[in-house]
Amino acid sequence: MKTFLYIICCGAVISVAYWAYKENYRTQASLRRVVDLQQKIAAQREAISVLKAEWAYLNRPERLRDLVDLNYEMLGLIPLLPDHFAEVESVPYPQITVDVNKSPDPVFMSSANRSPDKETP
Amino acid sequence: MMRTPLRPLARILDAREKGENPDVIEAEERAIRNVKLQTRMRRRAESRLMVLGIFFLVCFSVVGVRMSTLAASEPHEPVSAAFIPQIANQRADIVDRNGEVLATNLATTALYAQPSLMVDPKAAAVGLSKIFPDLELDKLTKDLSGKRKFLWIRKKISPEQQQLVHDLGEPGLLFGPREMRLYPNGKLAAHILGGASFGKEGVNAAEVIGIAGVERYFDESLRDPSREGKPLQLSIDLTAQSAMREVLAGGVKLMNAKGAGAILMDIHSGEILSMVSLPDFDPNNRPRMLIKGDPSQSPLFNRASQGVYELGSTFKIFQAGINLKEGLVNENTMIDTRGPLRLGKFKIRDFHDFGKQLSVTDIIVKSSNIGTARMALAAGASAQQQMLEKLGFFDTVPVELGEAQKARPLLPKRWSDISMMTISYGHGIAVTPLHLAAAYATVGNGGYKVKPTVIKQVSVPEAREQVISENISKKLIKMLRAVVTNGTASFGEVKGYEVAGKTGSADKPKPSGGYHDDKVISTFASVFPASNPKYVLVVTLDEPSIRAHGEERRTAGWTAVPVSAEIVARLMPILGLRPNFAAARNFKFVSVRD
Repeated sequence: MKTFLYIICCGAVISVAYWAYKENYRTQASLRRVVDLQQKIAAQREAISVLKAEWAYLNRPERLRDLVDLNYEMLGLIPLLPDHFAEVESVPYPQITVDVNKSPDPVFMSSANRSPDKETP
Repeated sequence: MMRTPLRPLARILDAREKGENPDVIEAEERAIRNVKLQTRMRRRAESRLMVLGIFFLVCFSVVGVRMSTLAASEPHEPVSAAFIPQIANQRADIVDRNGEVLATNLATTALYAQPSLMVDPKAAAVGLSKIFPDLELDKLTKDLSGKRKFLWIRKKISPEQQQLVHDLGEPGLLFGPREMRLYPNGKLAAHILGGASFGKEGVNAAEVIGIAGVERYFDESLRDPSREGKPLQLSIDLTAQSAMREVLAGGVKLMNAKGAGAILMDIHSGEILSMVSLPDFDPNNRPRMLIKGDPSQSPLFNRASQGVYELGSTFKIFQAGINLKEGLVNENTMIDTRGPLRLGKFKIRDFHDFGKQLSVTDIIVKSSNIGTARMALAAGASAQQQMLEKLGFFDTVPVELGEAQKARPLLPKRWSDISMMTISYGHGIAVTPLHLAAAYATVGNGGYKVKPTVIKQVSVPEAREQVISENISKKLIKMLRAVVTNGTASFGEVKGYEVAGKTGSADKPKPSGGYHDDKVISTFASVFPASNPKYVLVVTLDEPSIRAHGEERRTAGWTAVPVSAEIVARLMPILGLRPNFAAARNFKFVSVRD
């Protein structure tokens, strides 16, 4: 009985030691991975900050204004001015012509005088 | 162990027989016993000492071994999986009120040389002077082949230049990482941002420090690692700032002005949405301070918040406010405007002769110096001082710009009757346009004092000092509105935005004393929309002059006012303020953009 207990104990010690050894190495590997990932994150963040800076530089109002002026023919953009505001009341309410012979299509009620296939961009 | 008695019977009997003293035997036995006891005690003590010695030896060797392993091993930072530190930039970004980047960091490289490591210093000097044409070849050759151990060549180089230096193949030329401050919008908001430069420099890193503007004012907080890169949000609107700079630059060109300043401020919160001073500079490449000459001629000088000027008739509305508050007049009270008004040797004249008398409103509308001076005489100096102090004219503006906090208003040393009268129409007191904007905000927002700020505010502060009553504020706005509808600022009307404002044209003082005849500072301070004021705008032009209707025009009505109108028309749609259509049917907007 005693011998049996000794063997069990020895086995337990060996297996626990093996487990601890393995865990130790796994932890170390994880830590190395964390360091590696943190370096990658830092590099990515730096890249993002460079991209942000470039984006801000490319979107600087001066450049956009010059581009708008250059491409006036294509874009036809002008500065936003007070007379570009409108009132909802001044927009005429859409006139719907309903063909009495046909039952109205409920989906295109509001745009009955337009062809539906032009609706989607 | 057999214990021997002290008086062994055998020996005692023996001794008695021989007639000896048995006590001697006892003493002998006692001595033997003592010797044995001593020996035993010593052994025990020795063994205890030995155990203690071994214990200490083990302890000390454990400490020693641990110390030597620590000394021999490579140091490394403790890492734990649970805590991932935020890898933040060295210095926080600065963004505008909508989150657009105004200042950020960019990784770059610094170039330095260690001449002791160099293979061929002369060839390196020639190569470097080809890559960087502004380096002096002779000086560089001397530096590189001399005794110096270390030398900075460039603080910031581009990746292309770095590659070219690599291609020289010189082992004594080395690179250090650098983080530099980048202002992607160039000259835009340059005076507000200020600029940054390197502080303490090392091979592996350099400290970026703010040297002016908000960069300097918030330097410590921007560098604070605990803010984890959270950007500093300003109250500036990038788009509005850009449009204002464009319009103002056009105005300066059109009016042949030397410079200009403009401020657009939220009338309730005091947030500065846009502040432009021309000429300006590029903070990425900040020019040096002028060592000699007039610092106000430098592009670094902020005319809007740093320059103190006599702002002329824009001050008249404050005198009207004082007299209304004191209950001396109402808006229709008639005031004597016969001129010239004499006080001792001093005479006050008007631009035109306005006849016998004008109502208070008309004095503001037609800008009568005599009328305002008479109002000042009626109200007295202490009322004037009190009001101007409450409006903030006695102190620097508490805005978050170091330069502005040095711009102390110029006040008369003695507040005599003459000073009181001239101050009533804005002469003899010099303040910054930002002071004026803050005071007009108070006039326009129902009388509450505002604190100009360049930092985005969450809400209007609840407890605000009330300088004038809401009723007086309304009356003053009405007068200012009349200045635009039928007074000196008729060009200031922007249909739909009900601009209310006051012009001011003040002759520039000569450095030698007296005033120039042909140089003015022309200012237009306005609040709008008059029915529910939201913004205050101050435009100041330095020495404008334009030929119109066959005459040389310098007054604000011809110079600052049209520029101001254009700014309102351009900026208000950008800021999303709808024109009031009920007030403006069928209008056409004509752009004066050049």
